[in-house]
Amino acid sequence: MLLSEDVYIIGSGETKFGELWERSLRELAVEAGLRAIESAGIYSKDVQLLYGSNSLGGTINSQNDIGSLIADFSGIASNHIPAIRIEASSASGAAAVREAYLGIKSGEYDCVMVGAVEKMTDLYGTEMLDHMGTLLDREWEAFFGGTPAAMAALSARKYMLDFKVPKEKLLSISVNDHNNASMNPDAQYRNKITMEAAMESTMVAEPLNMMDCSPMSDGAAALVLCSGSFMRKRKLEGVKIMSSAISQDFLALHSRRSIYTMDSTVLAARTAFEKAGLKQKDISFAEIHNSYSIYGMTALEDLGFAEKGRARDVIDAGIGLADPLPINPSGGLKAKGNPIGAVGVGQFVEAVSQISGKAGQRQVKDARIGLLHNVAGTGSTSIVHIVGGA
Amino acid sequence: MGKLSAVWRETNHRYRLVAHQCGNCKKMYFPPRDICPDCHRESIGKMKEKQLSGNGRIESFTIVHDAPSAFARQRPYVLALVKLDEGPILTAQIVDSDFSELEAGKKVRAVFRKIREDGKGGIIQYGYKFVLE
Repeated sequence: MLLSEDVYIIGSGETKFGELWERSLRELAVEAGLRAIESAGIYSKDVQLLYGSNSLGGTINSQNDIGSLIADFSGIASNHIPAIRIEASSASGAAAVREAYLGIKSGEYDCVMVGAVEKMTDLYGTEMLDHMGTLLDREWEAFFGGTPAAMAALSARKYMLDFKVPKEKLLSISVNDHNNASMNPDAQYRNKITMEAAMESTMVAEPLNMMDCSPMSDGAAALVLCSGSFMRKRKLEGVKIMSSAISQDFLALHSRRSIYTMDSTVLAARTAFEKAGLKQKDISFAEIHNSYSIYGMTALEDLGFAEKGRARDVIDAGIGLADPLPINPSGGLKAKGNPIGAVGVGQFVEAVSQISGKAGQRQVKDARIGLLHNVAGTGSTSIVHIVGGA
Repeated sequence: MGKLSAVWRETNHRYRLVAHQCGNCKKMYFPPRDICPDCHRESIGKMKEKQLSGNGRIESFTIVHDAPSAFARQRPYVLALVKLDEGPILTAQIVDSDFSELEAGKKVRAVFRKIREDGKGGIIQYGYKFVLE
């Protein structure tokens, strides 16, 4: 095998996540991009390739070709660099980072940008829910009344039944998310919630209620990635991407081997740990894809932090900032927010803050190595990155 | 919004629960697929249509309160994963049943029903739902 370059994140930035009525899709993308460029200490002319990440622009905003849109309004259209969109449902963000990483690994590029954006609040209520169905198998799940929350609920009920897990365990990930988000100025929900209030929130799809479900969010996040040689030549600092792994599974939940094990996550995690030469105990913090609380539980198991059915042990041992395994220091998908196509890149922005010791109040002590987990829909694609080290 | 041709071309499967069976390993697939994920090349051209009995058991279920617009008038409705006697699991609604009687493992059978309506003047779409046996 050829000796390939190490890949570093030298710049990162994001917008606030939330209901940002006054901001457009393109404005959000540009704001995050500028922050990333500024934090990297480079110029836009240094960027050789841009990957736009976005999932629902074509349906919510009636806008495709998001790569060109971002390049254009970032003022770099006349640089004529390649700028295309990467789409993998709610895993679009990590998918775009991974493609950027591979572009540098291949030796073709030295400096690549990822710009991720989702603008969800231009549609309201049930209209938005209609478009969320496109994240499932439209013809055989959504057609019959399936929604992302309903599919998660099907997994949750069986999981709770088979492993005798009370609903409170699922919700403790949401309570933890809100706690951490209260210290994150970019988070959508900065209010803390109690277990009692979480248990009593409005029912969405039984047994899941509103506090089990991530919200609809607007938001953008961006990164500048470069090769080790580029970084050294420019005398810049960065956070290393130690490994990147992706795996795929059947699109529809009903076709999978299990309805509460994401094989895609199991396989991506195994590869990511193997490539990084690390074990689960080496991880200082993890940002997991808890679009629904049940997916937070199964993620802890499928990523290898617990045996199947025993995620509750990890939760009981503690998932807070000062606990053995800090989960979602950013506030996670539940409370920081879930702008579908941007959420995976937002996880990297948090990881860079944590590893460079700039996470302020929500700083995890000795945050050296982070694990980032991004999932498409109900588990059709999982992407795991391990960042930091050295 | 449903387009007429997209609805029409699935009627055999959605109205009559016609599955595909792999001619190589005999495994049944619903929704139908043209390539068997176990046999790959060996299955090509050998996937045969096969009528399902419509009998199965509840694998898991949920009561959906937050519904898309095409289902707004049905809410709250029961969505389930049903494991059919022939093997495949599918996603479908359970109707005409008391919510309190629902339980994983219970027997259900397929019935022909209206599934959804795409807005005022839109196509009314039909297919399978299930009832408790």
